[in-house]
Amino acid sequence: MIEALLVMALGAVILGAALGYAAVRFRVEGDPLVEKIDAILPQTQCGQCGFPGCKPYAQAIAKGEAEINQCPPGGDEGIHKLADLLGREYKPLSAEHGIEKPKSVAVIDEAACIGCTLCIQACPVDAIVGAAKQMHTVIATQCTGCELCIAPCPVDCIRMEGIAETVDSWKWKYPVVALRRVA
Amino acid sequence: MIAQLFRFKGGIKPNSHKDESTTQPIKLAPLPPRLVVPLRQSARAMARCIVEPGQDVLKGQVIAVAEGPLCTAVHAPTSGTVRAIEPQPIPHPSGLPAPSVVIEPDGEERWVERFPFDIATATPQQARDYLRDCGIVGLGGAGFPSHVKLGPGEKGIQTLILNGAECEPWITCDDRLMRERAAQILAGAAMMRHITGARRILVGIEDNKPQAIEAMRQAARELGEKEIGVVAVPTRYPAGGEKQLIRVLTGIEIPYGKLGTHFGVQCFNVGSAHAVYRAIAHGEPLVSRIVTLSGNFERPGNFEVAIGTPIRDLLPLAVPRADTNRYIMGGPMMGVGLQSLDVPVIKATNCVLAGSPTLFPAPPPEMPCIRCGECAKACPAELQPFELYWYSRAKIFGKAQEYSLFDCIECGCCSYVCPSRIPLVDYFRFAKAEIWAREKEKAAADTARERYEFRLAREEREKQEKAAKLAAKTAAGREKAAAALAEAQKPARTPEEEAKHALIAAALERAKAQKEQAHPENVSDLTPEQQAEITAIEARRAEIREQAKPHLRQDD
Repeated sequence: MIEALLVMALGAVILGAALGYAAVRFRVEGDPLVEKIDAILPQTQCGQCGFPGCKPYAQAIAKGEAEINQCPPGGDEGIHKLADLLGREYKPLSAEHGIEKPKSVAVIDEAACIGCTLCIQACPVDAIVGAAKQMHTVIATQCTGCELCIAPCPVDCIRMEGIAETVDSWKWKYPVVALRRVA
Repeated sequence: MIAQLFRFKGGIKPNSHKDESTTQPIKLAPLPPRLVVPLRQSARAMARCIVEPGQDVLKGQVIAVAEGPLCTAVHAPTSGTVRAIEPQPIPHPSGLPAPSVVIEPDGEERWVERFPFDIATATPQQARDYLRDCGIVGLGGAGFPSHVKLGPGEKGIQTLILNGAECEPWITCDDRLMRERAAQILAGAAMMRHITGARRILVGIEDNKPQAIEAMRQAARELGEKEIGVVAVPTRYPAGGEKQLIRVLTGIEIPYGKLGTHFGVQCFNVGSAHAVYRAIAHGEPLVSRIVTLSGNFERPGNFEVAIGTPIRDLLPLAVPRADTNRYIMGGPMMGVGLQSLDVPVIKATNCVLAGSPTLFPAPPPEMPCIRCGECAKACPAELQPFELYWYSRAKIFGKAQEYSLFDCIECGCCSYVCPSRIPLVDYFRFAKAEIWAREKEKAAADTARERYEFRLAREEREKQEKAAKLAAKTAAGREKAAAALAEAQKPARTPEEEAKHALIAAALERAKAQKEQAHPENVSDLTPEQQAEITAIEARRAEIREQAKPHLRQDD
């Protein structure tokens, strides 16, 4: 009787120690689910989802406080990916949060810019350079196309421009299957 | 010299159609009225233009310098005047324009001063830089910069392979080049061997080109070197693929993610060897190349064409037949259809193929895959194209990558044998492009995330700094007040301070006395009436003040 108890107790101690060690050794920093959701989100940081950035939206999704169809830049594909990751039902993009648009960048009309720095303060990724009463310009390669700089501009000199296709960015298209008339 | 040849798996044997264009020697193509030289000559990078519109240039003059590791210089193909630097359509599957230099030839073909490069005294690095500045890229079709390939790699290069296989049907530019300029090719190969420090040179030529093999063997004998071997390899497409030729000649199978240099082997096209010879022995940069005009032409043949010659100006040389309906740049297996005849010949253009509805009929409609496995049997990269096809078609790109999509060399064997006539390569190209685009997008998203998080951190830091500043200011104010209080409560002064204080008090006293002595002028000499009037006014004022007092209080 006592041997059996000792064996079981010893087993419990060893396993407990192993689990305790593993908990310390393989400790996961942060919430891995939030990271995974954040990796799917397009990082436009536009706030169209109603949260102040992609990370807060990811946290809200992880907590179940937000729907997965609130991200217009992520589009339909993003919603599908989130649905697959979270095992939730796919939903079409919610219209109140915006519509999916082709990717574009902000362009400042440098002749009209008065150097008020309002757009610089609005840009979530610091992609606008300039100083007070100096001309501002957008670093096109860093611009996420969030459109947050357009509203604050007092002289309406910022517009969104679609990204033109170049030889470097061109992609092979999906093969078109020719339809044949059979009857 | 070679004991044994090896085999690569798969491959096909299409009708080679070489005889049409090999009967005639290489002819010099006349200069067109306008040359369009794209700044993007080597596959991946664009050179920086250094000429201006209106400037006169000489043949071989540098018009764009190399920038970045994968870039080569671009030269004026003839003497003339730069007319414009503008986007022009280039031979690319997209048909999109890219920055180009438009040159109007003056017809005089005046060269810049040319100096042979002394390869015996130069270091390999100097030689590679020289070849980069001569604009030498691989002339087999991919246009990869040769100076990069001549680098030592990880373990150095022991075997230099010259690729004269020319496995694609219709193309014969390397064949004619080997027949006519064998000695120059081998001289160029010897120079490359010197630069890389390789031990031996192997020339692989498909056995359907006996004249070329004979010419190269003759040249090798005349050179009297034992370490140059000219090897006839079995004719089987794609024997001219880099990995396939290395496999056939050396038995080395290059795994995914590795290059020939990892195994001491490097492969160059025979045309590239010829260009290296011209550059080093004659100081001539790469300004022209041999182009095969074949297919639906009356007089097909090979022509030495200045880089930048528009295809439209090239066609009359071979006289296209009346029923020609399309043109392909490159061979029938891997070439791309030309969307415009205004595109110029670039360094990677080896062939212009004319097609007609009878010669290259439109592809029949695609049928469902029946999983027969013919494509897997034909694949020289030992892939399973049918699996790749499912995943590419369904856009499950992760799975496609698991099945080694990026090992596909897009040779077209699978599409060629497919009984359902599925354009498999189109699907693979689509999947590859999509994966690359996604990777780029992901990199951009990562940068955006990083920048956003940095911004948040910066805003937080600024807030803290502001708070700290405010706190410091408040603290400073408090300190000042405390100091004043301490001053007021200070106990008895020292005798020195007492003396100072007395001095100040005396000075104040003097000033007061002085002030009292000075009277205002307008009230000094007053008559009694005036004095009485002033007194009366003062009294009235006092009275009014008294009366106003209760009102003021009410207001409060």
